[in-house]
Amino acid sequence: MFGTALIVFREVLEAALIVGIVAAATKGIAGRNRWIGAGLAAGVAGSIVVAFAAESIASLAEGMGQELFNATILGIAVVMLAWHNIWMSVHGREMAADARRIGSDIQSGAKELSVLMVVILIAVLREGSETVLFLYGVSISGDASATSMLAGGAIGLVGGVALGWVLFAGLLRIPLKYFFDATSLLVLLLAAGMASQAARFLIQANMIPSLTTPLWDTSALVSNSSVVGKALQGLVGYDAQPSGMQIAFFIAVVAVIAVGTTLARRRAQDST
Amino acid sequence: MTRIAAVLATAISLAAFAAGEPEFSLTIENHKFTPDRIEVPAGKKVKFLIENKDGTPEEFESESLKIEKVIPGKSKGVVFIGPLKPGEYKFAGEFNDKTAKGVIVAK
Repeated sequence: MFGTALIVFREVLEAALIVGIVAAATKGIAGRNRWIGAGLAAGVAGSIVVAFAAESIASLAEGMGQELFNATILGIAVVMLAWHNIWMSVHGREMAADARRIGSDIQSGAKELSVLMVVILIAVLREGSETVLFLYGVSISGDASATSMLAGGAIGLVGGVALGWVLFAGLLRIPLKYFFDATSLLVLLLAAGMASQAARFLIQANMIPSLTTPLWDTSALVSNSSVVGKALQGLVGYDAQPSGMQIAFFIAVVAVIAVGTTLARRRAQDST
Repeated sequence: MTRIAAVLATAISLAAFAAGEPEFSLTIENHKFTPDRIEVPAGKKVKFLIENKDGTPEEFESESLKIEKVIPGKSKGVVFIGPLKPGEYKFAGEFNDKTAKGVIVAK
């Protein structure tokens, strides 16, 4: 039961942290909860579909379907998060400047939320499909009773969601003055970390070279298989033994978002 | 940006020519890997063919090798590993990590 709980916890944790950040970053936009709920529901449904299509996905692209699938959905999430940060760099400030206007720009708010709904869907889908496969394996191998499996799964789920909630509640306590900068920074690191993970899948599929693996090794300090390492990986893309290519992807995404944000801000200032 | 594009273009063309990696096989049966210790050449990309003979899915995972791949039950999967620096690299089947363990030795 505890083995099941631990694995489910590890899988849920990353998705829960991402949902926590997204929920905090969209504070005050009208209809947020509905969009987040829709993202979660679609993610869970998608997980089940992906888990049962695992074999067909794996056999695509000469056996590299799984890697391409993961790299693609991570890539989509990176683009969505980048778009969010650029959007927020203009609208976040408006919202902070005049709290009454929060939610007034409903159309652009809905666009923003739909983008983040996709991010939540992808976060849940990635970890969720593995959880479904794992639980499916446990259930048909008959090593554990259904009750102990369900109990383990539930404990892991609650634990992961609780940590995501703690992060969310912690972020909300940040004073408004720093709030948008703090959440934007987190989203930036989240996007860059996802890009680094996408690079990892493309290397695994032999589509791009690794450019030296590992570039450095801090696994003795914080290993990625530890809970702290997993949490840091989900939050800021921490990798104890990154390859050169992962770092290149990470830096490229940070640079693109930084430039995009600056340009969007400048344009918004010019137009007012 | 052009530099990134250039690096990517080189990367893709390099990958296209990187055929003919040395191949190794791994079998998963009763939630165990056979062999559970494999020597591979260091400094070279190698190809691993993993066959899962169990009826349950397994996730071939290694933090140090940077690999994470689900191998569904009764099926095969391919992963590319390295180039590795000389040393020992542990891997495990995440779904059954008490029994499914092994190590790749790069020499």
